[in-house]
Amino acid sequence: MRIVMTTKRRRRSIGLLTVATLATAPVLAACGSDSEGGSGSTISYWLWDSAQQPGYQKCADAFHAANPSLTVQITQYGWNDYWSKLTAGFIADTAPDVFTNHLNYFAQFADLKVLRPLDQLGPTKDIKNTDYQPGLAELWFGQDGHRYGAPKDWDTISIFYNKKAIADAGMTEQQLASLTWNPDDGGTFEKAVAHLTVDVNGRRGDQPGFDKARVKTYGWASDGGGGGGWGQTQWSPFTGSVGGWTVTDKNPWGTTFHLDDPRFQKTIGWFFDLQRKGYMPSYQTIGGSSSTVGPDKQMQMGTAAMGFNGSWMISTFAKLTDADGKKIEIGIVPTPVGPSGKRASMFNGLADSITTQAKNPQAAAKWVSFLAGQQCQDLIGGSGVVFPARPSGTELAVRFNKDKRGLDVTPFTDQVKDKTTFLFPVTGHAADITALLKPAFDGIYIGSAEPSSLTEVNRQIEDLFKVGS
Amino acid sequence: MALDNAVERHPDPGRDASMAAGGDARAGRRKDDTGLAVLFILPALIGFLAFLVWPTLRGIYLSFTTFNLLTPPRWVGLDNYVRMVNDPIFWNAMKVTLYYVVVNIFFQTVLALVIAVMMQRLTKKTWLRAIVLTPYLVSNVVAAMIFLWILDFQLGIGNHLLTLVGLDRIPFLTSDTWVIPTIAGINVWRHVGYTALLIFAGLQTIPETVYEAGRVDGASENRMFFSITLPLLRPILALVLIITIVGSFQVFDTVAIATAGGPVNASRVLQFYIYDLAFGRFQFGYASALSVALLVVLVVISFVQYKVSNADSTDLG
Repeated sequence: MRIVMTTKRRRRSIGLLTVATLATAPVLAACGSDSEGGSGSTISYWLWDSAQQPGYQKCADAFHAANPSLTVQITQYGWNDYWSKLTAGFIADTAPDVFTNHLNYFAQFADLKVLRPLDQLGPTKDIKNTDYQPGLAELWFGQDGHRYGAPKDWDTISIFYNKKAIADAGMTEQQLASLTWNPDDGGTFEKAVAHLTVDVNGRRGDQPGFDKARVKTYGWASDGGGGGGWGQTQWSPFTGSVGGWTVTDKNPWGTTFHLDDPRFQKTIGWFFDLQRKGYMPSYQTIGGSSSTVGPDKQMQMGTAAMGFNGSWMISTFAKLTDADGKKIEIGIVPTPVGPSGKRASMFNGLADSITTQAKNPQAAAKWVSFLAGQQCQDLIGGSGVVFPARPSGTELAVRFNKDKRGLDVTPFTDQVKDKTTFLFPVTGHAADITALLKPAFDGIYIGSAEPSSLTEVNRQIEDLFKVGS
Repeated sequence: MALDNAVERHPDPGRDASMAAGGDARAGRRKDDTGLAVLFILPALIGFLAFLVWPTLRGIYLSFTTFNLLTPPRWVGLDNYVRMVNDPIFWNAMKVTLYYVVVNIFFQTVLALVIAVMMQRLTKKTWLRAIVLTPYLVSNVVAAMIFLWILDFQLGIGNHLLTLVGLDRIPFLTSDTWVIPTIAGINVWRHVGYTALLIFAGLQTIPETVYEAGRVDGASENRMFFSITLPLLRPILALVLIITIVGSFQVFDTVAIATAGGPVNASRVLQFYIYDLAFGRFQFGYASALSVALLVVLVVISFVQYKVSNADSTDLG
């Protein structure tokens, strides 16, 4: 069950999560069918993050209080089951009225015409882009110019570190917060990672005699090859700050890809070399693409000192305990500054979408408009699980983390304030691209493929758009 | 099926006699049972047509189209098959699947045979026989999950035990050399009991008298195994092999749970590739073409096996 609780929002790993949630799914389904039957004024709503369910239940209760004739039925499925259930639902006519949407799937659903344009429904017609953190709302427009998602939250990437490991290495948070990297020698970032790496004999990665085959604690945690989400929590903070590089020519709906760019390939090569130097766990160690041992668990086990992760993991990291049940003190610092002279973080956001199967589209739109509104987003912000899309909700989440968890989460929000973010690449053929990228990046991580192999992968991706489907 | 076949080879003389007698007594034309027969067959026939024949035909039709489930299929002729022939991942999947089948079937059959013979010759205890079947009662998904944990590189108790006896940890499910043998092993563990049970049933049809004769002639257990058990078991073994090989070619759940086809494409077996294309990427047309290819492969293999092993005749009697 723990596994389900810490399920990552952005992961695509089929693994433990799947089955753990398979086990709970029928239970939830059973609960759902009990209360569903009868009144047509029930709005079904799906989400995948169990940590967020209590917050959204509060929203649903508030919504019901304001609209006594409408009841929201929330159902939660783990990440992997969520998307297969949803797909099956579209085919079998059992899709929910409203669901939490992700940019990696949005394009496909828009192509399949299973989403309702929000700008054509009364209650959601007036959603304003400017009410949300800049750039979030714009991502949810289809190629036809219609709005298909109402922004609910956003996330960025930062470095989570183990305070004790840093202290043992004689380093300070100030040092960590001002790291720089470059693809030639890795900069102060690589020096810090090397110094934080300790082998079984107690030698550090930057000391003579370091045994890279027998490492006890890696300086840098690994979250896999990153082919499934444009390296969001793996290499995207590096490729985003190498200078002048983006995934596609334009975003959203780019059709020219830049994986053949030498700067990109050099960065990827440097990044995965950390593993060959013994500073980062190997693919084999962490369980590869269906990874069961993410950065949070690596830090919990003490096999990693620090690593990237997304803001949606704050509550998970804040709750980490060691083998004796003692709390592990965690700190957060921003991503390192790259050759561009700036930091970089992917800026991703979720939204709520209405399906074409919604029985009562007006009621569904009312709920979506409520989810996107001030009241609900402030409720979500106050529960401290994610950063709501509205700036006021974001403020509440920052305050919650400071007061309740003693955590300074401004490294996440500063990226937005300083405009050092780049948006998640929204493209057509997203599933086909993932199918090409996942093995490609795993191969580079394992060492069975060179970064230069990405030139061919890039050609294959661009071919998808030439053939048309 | 195998069992029926074996039983038929020993017609009950008593039954024949009584039927003949009954026929004489009635001394008239037997009542036509066709109507009743059709009635009895009908439920199975409807299921067969609705759930097997129709989907197969529709799958074959879809293999000539592009189809994403939500918009109507579009006829594209042989495009999917041309793409298949030129798809390196398809050929890799074929290779990986074959490798898996060979490893899986070899170890499974040998082990099952040994277990079945031991059940037959060494013990008559029912509970012991029942234990052999228990892994088969565990669902594939659960078995894959449990082994995923046991074999985890860092956290798994399996790897922990390896380090205790002084060996290095093994990346069972995360290295391309280990992954297929490991998955094959997991499925051997789960299916060997069932296979052993089928073979055991076959062993029961070998008359004890043959063994007695062997013993009188002073043959050892080993000699009797190779000269009596194996030859007389051939038809059963052949049918068991056809069933298990067809099943083995369709390996899916263990891969889906434990590796999702990785590392890279090292465990991307055909069924998982088909699933991913259809339900992950909405390419139902192309996925159907691959399924048709798998169907053809299985039909050919089963046919050849059946012929080569002479599965429809026995050396008994």
